[in-house]
Amino acid sequence: MTATATLQNVTRADVEDFLFAEADLIDNWKLPEWLELFTDDAHYYVPSTDVDPEAAPDNNLFYIADDRFRLGERVKRLMKRTAHVEFPHSKVRHIVGNVRILERNGDELKISTAFIAHRTKNAVTDVYFGTGIYRLVVRDGKMAIREKRSILASDGLRQQGRVSFIL
Amino acid sequence: MTAVLKKVVDNERMVDNDREGQRFRVARKAFVSKEILERERANIFDKVWLFLGHESELNKPGDFLTRSVGGRTLLFTRDAKNRFHALLNTCPHRGARVCRERSGNAKSFQCFYHGWVFGLDGSLRDMPGKESYPEGFAERPTSSLQPVPKFDSLRGFCFVSFNPNVESLSDYLGNAKEYLEVVADHAEAGLTVVGGTQEYSIRANWKLLAENSFDGYHAAVNHATYLEYLKSTTGGLVPIQLVGHARDLGNGHGVVEYKAPWGRPVAQWIPAWGDDGKKRIDAIFDKLVAKHGTERAERIAHYNRNLHIFPNLVINDIMALTIRTFHPSEPDFMSVNAWALAPKDEDPKDRSSRLFNFLEFLGPGGFATPDDIEALEQCQDGFKNMAEVPWNDISKGLAKETPSFDDEAQMRGYWTEWNRRMYGA
Ligand code: FES
Ligand SMILES: [Fe+2]
Repeated sequence: MTATATLQNVTRADVEDFLFAEADLIDNWKLPEWLELFTDDAHYYVPSTDVDPEAAPDNNLFYIADDRFRLGERVKRLMKRTAHVEFPHSKVRHIVGNVRILERNGDELKISTAFIAHRTKNAVTDVYFGTGIYRLVVRDGKMAIREKRSILASDGLRQQGRVSFIL
Repeated sequence: MTAVLKKVVDNERMVDNDREGQRFRVARKAFVSKEILERERANIFDKVWLFLGHESELNKPGDFLTRSVGGRTLLFTRDAKNRFHALLNTCPHRGARVCRERSGNAKSFQCFYHGWVFGLDGSLRDMPGKESYPEGFAERPTSSLQPVPKFDSLRGFCFVSFNPNVESLSDYLGNAKEYLEVVADHAEAGLTVVGGTQEYSIRANWKLLAENSFDGYHAAVNHATYLEYLKSTTGGLVPIQLVGHARDLGNGHGVVEYKAPWGRPVAQWIPAWGDDGKKRIDAIFDKLVAKHGTERAERIAHYNRNLHIFPNLVINDIMALTIRTFHPSEPDFMSVNAWALAPKDEDPKDRSSRLFNFLEFLGPGGFATPDDIEALEQCQDGFKNMAEVPWNDISKGLAKETPSFDDEAQMRGYWTEWNRRMYGA
């Protein structure tokens, strides 16, 4: 992406580059760097799978509903040895595809993706898959995430049992 | 072969309650054996009362939901006369699952195989080719969707039993009933299950989750990151130490009841909720005092409870109010369901902080539950060494008259009941 990118001239390829880089940070457990992709008013959501994908966390039980503060705390936690579920860190790989720019609205882009993430820990491999909905802003020629909503397509987490890494 | 194995299991001691040696131990075999799981199905899951759901999940006439309980697939309905029914979700004709949706609203259910139609109460209403059946066929009790042998509820909590001779629900709940009532007393308007179910699984024996659910001992180490997180939240916490007691309630039920520094939407304020929040929390507390008197209001508002109802129901009345139930499918695999409960008439701001609170600690994406899951799975893995290291020790606080919330008395109660039901010991 060029330094002069604006909301109007960002292309799908720009968005893809951004999302692939995001996935790479997650997969390599560079979570403090990953956190820098988010705006100060950002949110990260993983709804439960029996609610409307657009449901609000104020009145529905989610798996994850972090504001920017708690997202920062999540990152802090996951980088500690005492975050037992992720010690040692699981091996994770994301595939992000079907990227589309759905809307250009105000100062925001609405993006949808399909994602697949594999996670291996203790010699057990689980698959997480679903739809990613992003609200991206462009500031000073750079993209940033204002909202990331990872909507699992599976029936709950019946095999996976936890969503302890970043989707 | 099976018979031989059964005998071996029968003659072995799974619970070692050695009073003289001041030691209480549980055989690790109890967590890994298929024979024992089969026996648990026969002696426990088929015999006791099991949690089905909360009345608020079926809000209006015609509402239904499907759910697995005790190895059965159930259809839970509310009929036009507001009566609740717990039906076995299998067609009396030739077996098909009749309702294949997870929830909804319906006037009747039509089996998709040959088309028999059932009412919300399970009665057979119609079938294609009726004329080929003898008169009165539809009215035979065996032509209906079969109800579970026993169905009853307490203050909105609905239970089923597959044992026609089971004791009354009230007798079964025993001393746990009073704690369920404290929970139900959170709101005069009643409680409701909030939308959204956390559905997950754990690759571990189901009894490990029962133990973990009222284990006050593990918090400081296993949940260190959660406690560190709490300290860094805005305005911090209220200066209350984690103190309280554990109680073996009999019948395998148990509870830990304690004070804690976190916020409770009913009704312990924390600075993070601001002055506005303080006004609302004070008002909730005053209402509780007016209705229940100061002592009970204090207990409802300022004490936390992790209540375990034998064999697989957990009510956490902590920084949020949750129901959790779990069912084994293999000795080393269980499915878990968790719901959030809240006062029906709760202010949207309190509802929102309640759910924010819930996710902070609880559930497969929380800051604590995933570490519990990891611990349970690592215990299960550790049991591979059972030939050389055959026992779990749960002796903590054995000599104390009033066991602390971080002792293991409540677990000993659980295992004593398990042992009695399994081996009559
Ligand atoms: S199995 Fe249901 S109608 Fe035949
Ligand atoms: Fe725990």
